[in-house]
Amino acid sequence: MNDNDAIKKGLEAYEAGAEKSISKFPERKPAFATGSNSPVKRLYTPLDGAARDYLRDVSFPGEYPYTRGVQNTMYRGRFWTMRQYAGFSTAEESNKRYKFLLAQGTTGLSVAFDLPTQIGYDSDHALSQGEVGKVGVAIDSLADMEILFDGIPLDKVSTSMTINAPASVLLAMYIAVAEKQGVSPDRLEGTIQNDILKEYVARGTYIFPPEPSMRLITDIFAYCSRNVPNWNTISISGYHIREAGSTASQEVAFTIADGIAYVDAAVKAGLDVDAFAPRLSFFFNAHNDLFEEVAKFRAARRVWAKVMKERFGAKSAKSMSLRFHTQTGGSTLTAQQPDNNIVRVAIQALAAVLGGTQSLHTNSKDEALALPTEDSVRIALRTQQIIAYESGATETIDPLAGSYYVESMTDRIQAEAEAYIKTIDDMGGAVKAIERGYVQQEIQDAAYSYQMDIESGERVVVGMNKFQVKEAPPKGLLRVDPIVGEQQSAKLAALRAKRDNARVDAGLAALKKAAEGDDNLMPHILEAVRAYATLGEICDVLRAVFGEYQQKVIL
Amino acid sequence: MERKIRVLVAKPGLDGHDRGAKVIARALRDAGMEVIYTGLRQTPEQIVSAAVQEDVDVVAMSILSGAHNHLFPRVMDLLREKGVDDVLVIGGGVIPDDDIPGLKAAGIAGVFTPGTPTTETIEFIKNNLKRGD
Repeated sequence: MNDNDAIKKGLEAYEAGAEKSISKFPERKPAFATGSNSPVKRLYTPLDGAARDYLRDVSFPGEYPYTRGVQNTMYRGRFWTMRQYAGFSTAEESNKRYKFLLAQGTTGLSVAFDLPTQIGYDSDHALSQGEVGKVGVAIDSLADMEILFDGIPLDKVSTSMTINAPASVLLAMYIAVAEKQGVSPDRLEGTIQNDILKEYVARGTYIFPPEPSMRLITDIFAYCSRNVPNWNTISISGYHIREAGSTASQEVAFTIADGIAYVDAAVKAGLDVDAFAPRLSFFFNAHNDLFEEVAKFRAARRVWAKVMKERFGAKSAKSMSLRFHTQTGGSTLTAQQPDNNIVRVAIQALAAVLGGTQSLHTNSKDEALALPTEDSVRIALRTQQIIAYESGATETIDPLAGSYYVESMTDRIQAEAEAYIKTIDDMGGAVKAIERGYVQQEIQDAAYSYQMDIESGERVVVGMNKFQVKEAPPKGLLRVDPIVGEQQSAKLAALRAKRDNARVDAGLAALKKAAEGDDNLMPHILEAVRAYATLGEICDVLRAVFGEYQQKVIL
Repeated sequence: MERKIRVLVAKPGLDGHDRGAKVIARALRDAGMEVIYTGLRQTPEQIVSAAVQEDVDVVAMSILSGAHNHLFPRVMDLLREKGVDDVLVIGGGVIPDDDIPGLKAAGIAGVFTPGTPTTETIEFIKNNLKRGD
């Protein structure tokens, strides 16, 4: 009798014994499931990995297919980048918050822009009213960007910017600030999110239709590979897809399908895959189910490595390595008993670390209520530091590898994601699947069933649908002064009066001509930015040439 | 035949978070109401004109960006300007408790914050309609 037969026999005996106990003392519920509603067995054994080949499917850290991590020393070399997403009100206020975060030990900056900035409107635009400085910092021109990074040497920090439709404009502003600091672009490190496809399905800050948007993105790939070689040119994001309600497998599937669309577009634009793919990065959610989330990160690395090698013929290891940022799941936070959120965030952050993340944002306890205060941001950062320095999770690499459960779930998520990717391929790729509303519908269905599970009590949310208490409204929430809108408008009026408007007009005219033709747009945008053309002016030129995206409303 | 309750679910402003709006839209529909969903980035003017055109009984707005104090009252002002006084207007999203009295004074009949079960919103609508059957 071989090992597996013996284990099988033993397992049958165990199950028989368990069934006997259950006939007297039933289990808590008839069926068990992960956070994403996948069935979970009572017990996992070596039998669950019978088809798995260690060298082929799991392998070693830093080696294809990177299941165990993208570097060969991982956190024994250095910890992940502790990067707290922040920004609100004016550039002056946000600059103060960044200096506070750096003083507390964050190791990278992450800029949150307000909605007008993200959608390419100046603060004095009619549609900006009421939104200026609310969910992030208001940036109208290079002048604001200079204030935002005042006293922060750009050759010493890495900066992530959550900016998508107008990513080229904000990247150009960052490059221009660096020039003024005497820092050349090849020394800049950071990331722009620049992921328009997930905006159409999950986040909503689109401007232009898919085709010109894809051109803006591939222009950035080409420009940065020559001029800003250490910049992550995109952060292909599953985070918002998950926040919109997807399951873990859908998060992996739709993110990687988007990634395939970007690589396809760049290859079609004539770029060599190994010239730009090493700078593609990813962004995932860390949700509540600890083991499923760890398996998700491991599966994502494996799926991407296979795609890059087999589909795109990438040769460079860096092109096949999925590097990712993680943020804990904002939608899991409760407005009720907000202190409990500290515990949720700790578990989610641990999942990200056990899953081998390259950088991490931990949410603050008050984020279901408002933007976080300094005190709550400090606790969120301390949570990462406790995991890094005290938990022991960082002493060896990929510590959950070999767990019958985690390995089996890694295989399951890979298989489910690959099945979705096949469906999307059959529709003609991610852009087509999004235009048809397929991706949106899948996410919404999952979101609705999640909500119904909460309302039926099947899914327990501690403090919200169970263990509730009467509580007083929370005190001391952060508020953004509505005066910010007027301040920004006044700044804009002063800027327009004092800048060299002939240079601005020439820059915008050159950009328009380039947009109508095939030139790479980045150098033209950079020139307009240097002349202090505003974000809204630049985006208006592109709107006039490219048109605007009309959302497909799916219910 | 009894007329179904007609609801306009709307996303005012630039906020792209529509998970809540879509979940509530579907829950209202499953509760037997007729639901029109505007999609993202609606101005108060667009919302009011849709409400009038669709002859709805309820306008349900969702904002998670913090712009509620500006946009919710603006919708109420425009409704009043159009002489519409029989539409129930409610709102939801990430809205601090301190802001709720001001929004209610502006005419937002109910404000629903994170964690509210959809059943609570459904009951509220049924019990607070301004138009008789």
